[in-house]
Amino acid sequence: MSGPGTETVVKVTNLIKCFGDVRAVDGISFSVAAGSTTALLGGNGAGKTTTISILLGLLLPTAGEVAIFGGDMIAHRHRMLPRMNFSSPYVDLPRRLLVRENLTVYGHLYGLDHVKDRIAALARDLEIEPFLDKPTGTLSAGQKTRVTLAKALLNTPELLLLDEPTASLDPDTGDWVRGYLEDYQRRTGATLLLASHNMAEVERMCTQVFMLRTGVIVDQGSPADLVSRYGRSTLEEVFLDIARRRQPAAEERAREAGR
Amino acid sequence: MRAPAPHGRPPAAFSPRRIGAMVLRHLYMYRHSWPRVLELTYWPLVQMVLWGFITNFFVSHSTWVAQAAGVLISAVLLWDVLYRANLGLSVSFIEEMWARNLAQIFITPLRPYEMVLSLIVMSFIRTALSVGPAALLAWPFYDVWVFAMGLPLLAFFVNLLVLGWAVGLFVSGLLVRFGLGVESLCWLGIFLLAPVSGVYYPISALPGWLQPVSWSLPSAYVFEGMRAVLFEGVFDVGLFAWAVGLNGLYLVAGTAFFLVMFRQARVHGLLLQQGE
Repeated sequence: MSGPGTETVVKVTNLIKCFGDVRAVDGISFSVAAGSTTALLGGNGAGKTTTISILLGLLLPTAGEVAIFGGDMIAHRHRMLPRMNFSSPYVDLPRRLLVRENLTVYGHLYGLDHVKDRIAALARDLEIEPFLDKPTGTLSAGQKTRVTLAKALLNTPELLLLDEPTASLDPDTGDWVRGYLEDYQRRTGATLLLASHNMAEVERMCTQVFMLRTGVIVDQGSPADLVSRYGRSTLEEVFLDIARRRQPAAEERAREAGR
Repeated sequence: MRAPAPHGRPPAAFSPRRIGAMVLRHLYMYRHSWPRVLELTYWPLVQMVLWGFITNFFVSHSTWVAQAAGVLISAVLLWDVLYRANLGLSVSFIEEMWARNLAQIFITPLRPYEMVLSLIVMSFIRTALSVGPAALLAWPFYDVWVFAMGLPLLAFFVNLLVLGWAVGLFVSGLLVRFGLGVESLCWLGIFLLAPVSGVYYPISALPGWLQPVSWSLPSAYVFEGMRAVLFEGVFDVGLFAWAVGLNGLYLVAGTAFFLVMFRQARVHGLLLQQGE
């Protein structure tokens, strides 16, 4: 495996996104190292999806800079998009099209050289061969997740953004998806950036976590580092502390000592 | 930093292959949806049958129609070219919204103007499939062979097609900006042009104050041109030139409007949140 490198794949600087009077993202800055797996965590409305949408070029920020692979994503997103992809259970593929047809269309959109071969290889890897010729709309949640993942891996992305990649999956399928993503990263050295509410998933997969609350990064670090600083035993407890605006244990002790 | 992904090429600013992929997406959809295919041909055929009987009646009761029995059916068929060209474009776009597929599409290297071109191609295919059978059946049913107009027919067809695209782009711009709440404009918006396009009557039949509005539309020149061919056997190059010039302006305006609205959708975060 190629571990997290020193190269920066994503660099976000003073990013702001306002919807009317609401600041959905309020001046956040962060960077993501090549080959790492990073999570954006936060409650509903914390700004995770807004941030990911901006990184994908689907949403224009009010202010700030986004550099991906060293290029300006806001001004020149089409230069970077062939090297990235996105998977989310909340974004659909056309339901009437067969799985194979959907993957063929996206294969051509990404300009792949050998679309049929690539689909065949992904179908083997992701175990979607039995339903390649079924309408996408007839698949179960687990099958649909694997197909969405196949679409997201068609172009062998160097940067893969994932929005709750295992939401609504049973534990077995969720574990299989996590394992597959880890294996993909080991094989390709890809960088993964995910938004998730599954803390066990984040603890298992991520080397870096950014905690968001009301559009602001309120804390960051590795899962182990955060658990340690908050004096908790799981990342879920840390998440609850942050959501309920409790301070890290060390800071609380310092404040107590200062009284 | 690594080189571009091993399975992909550096993106070109314009790619016929990406346009072809979007057309393929729609052709796949029609392959699996016979109601959509039926819908393409159903209404033009019904219109042709209805106006065929009306023509038969008027030939014996109206000296104006009797001079050129094909005038009403030709008008119906050409109006349907305009209607179907608009529908072919805007419905192809709305299909992506119904499928909640816009976000997936626009995180690929597809450019918005390539999307526009793919919609235009789909509109052409849909219009040909819609109007073609009705135009062919008008001959055995009512002895009206619209293709007898020859090259002028092609000129009218292309002009109405282009105006339909311009209107369809305007409607698609509204759809991407305001969501499915305005979807009825796909079907109804074009009818705003019907009274002032002189489809079934000369522009001179309109009130004087309304005629300048008509003459600002390419469709008015097309239908006047059609009547000149059918009644006088003359192809009026002046009318044709006006239609072409105005269509150029309308198509540029429609495309610009769509692209501006698309950008607005990116400002307001609408590509991920489609619906009413």
